[in-house]
Amino acid sequence: MFEMDYGFSESQIEIRDMVREFAQERVKPVRAELDENEEFPREILTELGKMDLMGLYIPEEYGGFGCESSLDFILAIEELSRVCIGVSVSYAANALGADPIIIGASDEQKKKYLPSLASGEKLAAFALTEPNAGSDAGGIATTARKVGDKYILNGTKQWITNGGEADVYTVLAVTNKAKGPRGVSCFIVEKDTPGFHFGKKEKKLGIRASATRELIFEDCEVPAENLIGREGIGFMLAMKTFDVSRPGIAAQGVGLAQGALDEAVQYARTRVQFGKPIAANQGLRWMLADMAVKVETARAMVYATARHADKHMKNMSKFSAMCKLYATDVSMSVTTDAVQVLGGYGFMREYPVEKMMRDAKILQIYEGTNQIQREVISHALVKEYASL
Amino acid sequence: MHIVVCIKQVPDTSDVKINPETNTLIREGVVSIINPFDENAVEAALVLKEKLGAKVTVMTMGPPQAESALRETIALGVDDVVLLSDRAFAGSDTWATSYALGKGIAHLEERPDLILFGKQAIDGDTAQVGPGVAEFLNLPIITYVRKVEVEGQLAKVERVFEDGYERMEAELPLVLTVLKEMNVPRMASLRGRMKAKKAEIKKWTAAEIGADPENTGLAGSPTKVVKIFSPPKKVGGIKIEGTAALDAARTVVGKLKEQKVI
Ligand SMILES: Cc1cc2nc3c(=O)[nH]c(=O)nc-3n(C[C@H](O)[C@H](O)[C@H](O)COP(=O)(O)OP(=O)(O)OC[C@H]3O[C@@H](n4cnc5c(N)ncnc54)[C@H](O)[C@@H]3O)c2cc1C
Repeated sequence: MFEMDYGFSESQIEIRDMVREFAQERVKPVRAELDENEEFPREILTELGKMDLMGLYIPEEYGGFGCESSLDFILAIEELSRVCIGVSVSYAANALGADPIIIGASDEQKKKYLPSLASGEKLAAFALTEPNAGSDAGGIATTARKVGDKYILNGTKQWITNGGEADVYTVLAVTNKAKGPRGVSCFIVEKDTPGFHFGKKEKKLGIRASATRELIFEDCEVPAENLIGREGIGFMLAMKTFDVSRPGIAAQGVGLAQGALDEAVQYARTRVQFGKPIAANQGLRWMLADMAVKVETARAMVYATARHADKHMKNMSKFSAMCKLYATDVSMSVTTDAVQVLGGYGFMREYPVEKMMRDAKILQIYEGTNQIQREVISHALVKEYASL
Repeated sequence: MHIVVCIKQVPDTSDVKINPETNTLIREGVVSIINPFDENAVEAALVLKEKLGAKVTVMTMGPPQAESALRETIALGVDDVVLLSDRAFAGSDTWATSYALGKGIAHLEERPDLILFGKQAIDGDTAQVGPGVAEFLNLPIITYVRKVEVEGQLAKVERVFEDGYERMEAELPLVLTVLKEMNVPRMASLRGRMKAKKAEIKKWTAAEIGADPENTGLAGSPTKVVKIFSPPKKVGGIKIEGTAALDAARTVVGKLKEQKVI
């Protein structure tokens, strides 16, 4: 297969090749089973840790690989996603959990938490969403009240990826209700903290290998030193985290769509109807062409955004939102078309494309729905043009 | 403890093509890999290293391009690698290969306590080189091992047969050939892969290891290959499925009678 030359660095080629091989050898043979049994891919994550891949984005001084470009991590996510995004979200959610620490934590906090996340010994999760605060993240009701050298957390977080499996949670809670979004703070909460419980594991349409649970805080005492930065910057930390994590979700979309395209083309070449392979029909073949163009444009956009992020961390919300929106819409449409190309076989669980289509839907919903991405992009546009 | 693992680079398929004129393997266009059983041997060595703190050296005899196989093992975490490469080794049969590897191992600065091989190479399937090296080095050998533990100077191993296994103990130094069941080989880490790219590969010639030209390469190989061919693929065949054993047996007997075999 010919791949577009995106001018990768030596380490990027190495990462792409090793994750591609790993995904083929270790993930592909078990993905259907993990999906069917809704089983968390613990062993796979442990192995990824041993291969230095859990710490790709974590600075070297904190035990990570400290890759030069955010594109390195993007490539790892893409290659895993080509085989299974239930696995790749369990992998990528660690970064989502760790990002607030990398972005805003003290040197001491980083030294305490990052090395074990980098090695894969421990997992992380990020907790913002609540039953009554989804797209409207500013509406969270979980509170953190300061008492002496502790904060006392009360409230419920919902649909937290890696919930129950992770050891380290970055949790957003209100410390000053009167201040609105500026009254939100971010805390590091460890798994076995008294007063911290998990709800049931959710039953989902897709990404069934991933664990999604409720986090329940009942007078949960967290040491004051676990506050990231200072009070009131929680929301800002969450938004900065999304700026860097959204291209990761976009990479999930690109990988997933590529995986579906791979299946569709192979199938179209070999399935014979009316005495010839179905790929001999222009109507069907053109579908494949459109799918391939979508995948490649989405990929180019994600890589460009990752490279932009390397230089302009401060000014990337719009582009992060654009690539998340575009690549995940592409993955929904390409996986749906892949099922169409495989016909009835595509609908059956013996073939991987039905899972891919089920999985794709979440990409348009989490880390900000695609409507919310349009909100981010359009608000940025209006603001930018107003200041011309 | 010093563990030496001997590996072989082989074509990436058990379905190798043979040039009918020369009776040799057609290697063009075939990707080379580390013989899969040898990967189990390397993994076994790395597991022992992690447990007991050993030094692991990997050795191969082969053409210059066999270097890439050694680099792969550096990426996995072995400490040292040696490539025995010399025109004089070309055309070696299992006897001459065993001789050369024996000489190579004897030439190592540090005596090995354990020498590991895969049970056989997937291109030749002879399973002779491990035992051959043991003979040349005058060391005890246990073949077809699926489990090994080392306590002090004692190795406790499980050796597998078709219908069972035996537990054995042997003093080091010792040679073992290992099975696939032994372990699942790890995949290389990113740091390992980056390190392997830059690593210096030690190369030794026949003269350097003091190999006698009469015993190396084609000249030193007592085996003469008369003919190599791909056996014809089995065709047809009937599968009797989904019936009770007795019914299935009756069907088989019926068929055999029909064919006048019995
Ligand atoms: C499997 C899974 C894993 C998740 N993992 C995590 C996690 O790890 N951590 C975490 O914090 N959260 C997580 N979430 C939560 C996720 O981010 C939210 O589901 C998402 O932000 C949307 O919120 P909601 O589901 O409440 O939808 P709602 O906000 O109720 O939206 C419902 C619909 O209304 C639309 N809508 C809402 N507001 C507007 C608007 N202003 N303009 C136009 N349309 C609008 C939305 O686009 C959507 O179509 C996860 C969710 C799922 C399903």
